Parts: sequence; structure tokens; C-alpha cells
Amino acid sequence: MTVDPLAEVVREEWGRLAALLLARFRRLDLVEDALGDAVEAAARTWPDDGVPERPAAWLHTTASRRILDRLRTEAVAQRVQPLLAVEAARAESGRTMADPGALVEDDLLRLVLMCSHPALAPEAASALSLRLVLGVPTPDIARLFLVPETTMAARITRAKKRIVGAGIPFGVPDASVLPGRIDTVAQTAYLAFTAGYAPGTGTDLLRASLSGEAIRLVRSVVALRPGEAVLVALLALMLFQHSRRDARVRDGRLVLLPDQDRELWHRNEVEEARALLDDPVLRAPVTLQAAAYTLQACIAAEHALAPSSSRTRWEHVVGLHDLLIGLAPTPSGRLARAVALAEARGPAAGLAALEGVEIPTTHRIAAVRAELLARSGQHDAARAAYDQALAACRNDVESAHLRERRQSLG
Amino acid sequence: MKYLVLLIGDGEVKPWADHTPDEKAEVMGRFRAFDEACAARDGVELLAGEALAEPSDATTLRTRGGQLQLTEGPYAEVVEGMGGFYLIGAPHLDVLVDLLGVLPPYDMQISPVVDVSL
Repeated sequence: MTVDPLAEVVREEWGRLAALLLARFRRLDLVEDALGDAVEAAARTWPDDGVPERPAAWLHTTASRRILDRLRTEAVAQRVQPLLAVEAARAESGRTMADPGALVEDDLLRLVLMCSHPALAPEAASALSLRLVLGVPTPDIARLFLVPETTMAARITRAKKRIVGAGIPFGVPDASVLPGRIDTVAQTAYLAFTAGYAPGTGTDLLRASLSGEAIRLVRSVVALRPGEAVLVALLALMLFQHSRRDARVRDGRLVLLPDQDRELWHRNEVEEARALLDDPVLRAPVTLQAAAYTLQACIAAEHALAPSSSRTRWEHVVGLHDLLIGLAPTPSGRLARAVALAEARGPAAGLAALEGVEIPTTHRIAAVRAELLARSGQHDAARAAYDQALAACRNDVESAHLRERRQSLG
Repeated sequence: MKYLVLLIGDGEVKPWADHTPDEKAEVMGRFRAFDEACAARDGVELLAGEALAEPSDATTLRTRGGQLQLTEGPYAEVVEGMGGFYLIGAPHLDVLVDLLGVLPPYDMQISPVVDVSL
């Protein structure tokens, strides 16, 4: 397999180039288009002219020229566009043009923090981060979030306008605020990750592979801030979950964890995730968010390292869920605990733990109740619960699975 | 006594974007006339008056359990709840949010001021 040098430089350098151009021109509305134009120009000319010696510098120069052209056109039209707010320290040093060969890593961190600013709607922040930090094409982001391409393009444009309009800075905040902001970066990446696993219709596997881009986002921030517990824990959690992607769907049908072919799990990712959980930063005091991701990763590790579903240390899993609910008593957390409890102590214990758990927007509670009722031999009640789950289920693959389970009751 | 006057909705005035240049000039003329009327009246001092950016550029700040929370857009109960205002120059949103943390933990709407000079 030959590596496309353009695709590689886009993949590796897009975020740094975007950050550098933003630091210099402060025009969020122009940078993405100019970089896109530069990549197009490279696709046209590199095959004939050869790949330049410093491909990233070539893209930077070409994109800079596009922006300068636009600025000249605007100067003629005398239109004054609002500028991106840049923190004072950067604004001073940014006057002199850095050599793209010696890129300032802090600019990339500024870009990441700007894209995942808490004053942006989480979905918008997630999409913008994938686009600006990683250069993921807008149609791919649209597919990941299950929205039409035009909707996603509008969402990204709006987010960029808002950053400038609201005065969201291209900067790194004080140490007192930074941990909370890194937590938001983690939440932003995790939202993109889970979007790929949200039930959709059609080519679910493709969307799972797009979830890998969210992992790449976390990796790029970990490279900048290696000591952030929340990112280490999140990366472990994501890798454990992502390692199962090839086993989740078979012949267009959903395969639940106990029935998955464990040979299909990506062992190298499981190993990497396990090593991350041993990172000393997770032993120090951490934020609530980091603690929650760590516990979720520990639960995922129990599943990933068990030789089979039946030989999972279910009591241990229940204990971890108890700790997690202690941190964040969410209905979805209690649902997951009930499932584990049913495995550890039987369906009656699971059903008892489900009492009073409600999540109005999902069919999952009814589906789990149906499954546990079926296991405990209460077939009439199980049928009613399956019907309830089917009425609320919006996903073809999952509906087929529920219908099959209902029919197997006879 | 001081008063805050909120221009909270368009009412019977059509949206700003639908105004012709002449109509815009007339509206701006009315604002200038208001300024002059205030200046001419004894005991009246117009301290600050600005046009605000669209609600989509606003940020709502809440303190819950001692934690600052930011959400996109204006604060829904702004009409009933508006208790005062500050006009502050700050380099960007993060500096402003930092400063606002010093205040009692009110819910606040942060709306950027835009230049509307014609």
C-alpha cells in the first residue's frame, strides 16, 4: 500500500497549520477555506511537480497567500471583518512570523481550547474540533453525527462566527481554570466518539471507524499535555470500547457483548488501554470527570480482559458501578449497574435494581427489563416489555434484535 | 436613581435587516434625538447605551454547586430577571468570565457590543 504524501501531511499537520494561520491573521472565517484551497492546489500540482521538500511549509505558504488575497480584496471593498480575540501574550509574539518547520505547540493547544470552549454548544464544539484540529472533511463529520451535510456545514460555520462574535479567545487560560477546560476538551472528544456508536441506520461500521477520529483528537491533546489524568483515562476508555468495533455487528445485526467473537477484538488497543490505566497520573488526586472516566475504563477493562462473558468478574464489575454511581448518580449508570447485577446475582436482583430507573428518551430500560423477565421465566411480562421497547426503538438493527428475542419466547 | 432601559424586542418595528438605508438612517436619527433630549434635560445623564449583538452571540453563565456553567445563547427569563448591568471592556470572553466570578453568583447574560456606525 502506498502512502499518499498529501493525505499524510493533511492528517499530521492540519491542526498546527490552522493554529499558525489563526495566530497570524486572526480570521477564523478565512483560515479553514484557505487551507482547503491549499490542499486542493497540492492535489493538482504535486503529482506533476513532485512533492515539495517541506510539504507542510508549502501548504502554509499557499494558504497564507489565499488569505492575503482575500484581505486585499476586502481592503478594496473597505469591509471591516471582526477579528478573533487572541490572548495578549500571543498577540505580541504573534507579530513575528514563525517558521512552520518550528511550530509552536502551544498554538495547537490554543486551537483545541478554542474549539471546545464551554460557551459553545457541545455538538458544535465537537464538530468544530474534528474539522479545525484534525481536518476531518465536513461530509464525514455529518455522517458521524447523523445529520445532512448542509446541516453540518451550517453548524460549523455558525460555530466559527460565534467564536468571533462572542469573543471566545484563541488562548490558554490561567492554571486555576485550565483543569475545567481540559475536562471540557475531554467531553467534547467523547461526544464525537459516542456519536459514532449512537444507533443509526445503514452503514454503522463506517461510523464506528469515524469514532477513531475522536481517539486521534484525544491523542493529539495528550501529546501536548501528557500529564492530564482526564485525557489519559478517557483515551483508555475509548480504546477499550473501540477495540470491540468489528465484533459489534454481524450480517447487519447487532451482537451484544456476551455473544461477541472475542477473537475480533483489537488486542493491541486493549493492551494500550490497560497500560494507560497504570499511568501514575491516575493515582494522584483527579477531577470528578477524570475519576468517572477512570471507573468506566476499569469496567471496560474487566470486560476486555475476561476470557468469556460467563467468566467475567461480575461482582467486581458491580462494585465498580457502585463507585461510579457514588460519583454521578445518573439513570444510565443505574441501568448499567442493574445489568451487571443480573449477571452477578441473577435476573431477580437485576430487576429489583431497575425499579424506579427512568430514561424517557430511550427504549433501553424496557429492553433490559424484557431480557431479565425472559430469563426469569416470566414470559408474558417479558413480551409486554419487548413491545414497549419496540414501540420506542428508532433503530433498524436494534429493532430486529428485539423482535428476534421476543419471538424466541414462543 | 438610575435606570436600565432594555430594548428587548422589535415590537412593531420591522427587523433591522429589512430596513432600507434611508429607513436605517431615520432610526439612527431617532436614537440621536433621544441622546440629545436626554442631554438637554436637567438631572438626566445618559451613562451608557449600546446596540447588542444577536442573541445567538450571547452566553449564559450560571453557578451551580459552586461551579461556573456556561451555555450558549441568552438567558430565557431575562425580562423578569434582569437586575442590573455592567458595561465592561475586556480583551475576550475568558477574562470577562474570570472577573464576573468575583460578583455574587447571579445568572448573567453576556452580550457583545457591536459597532453600528453607518
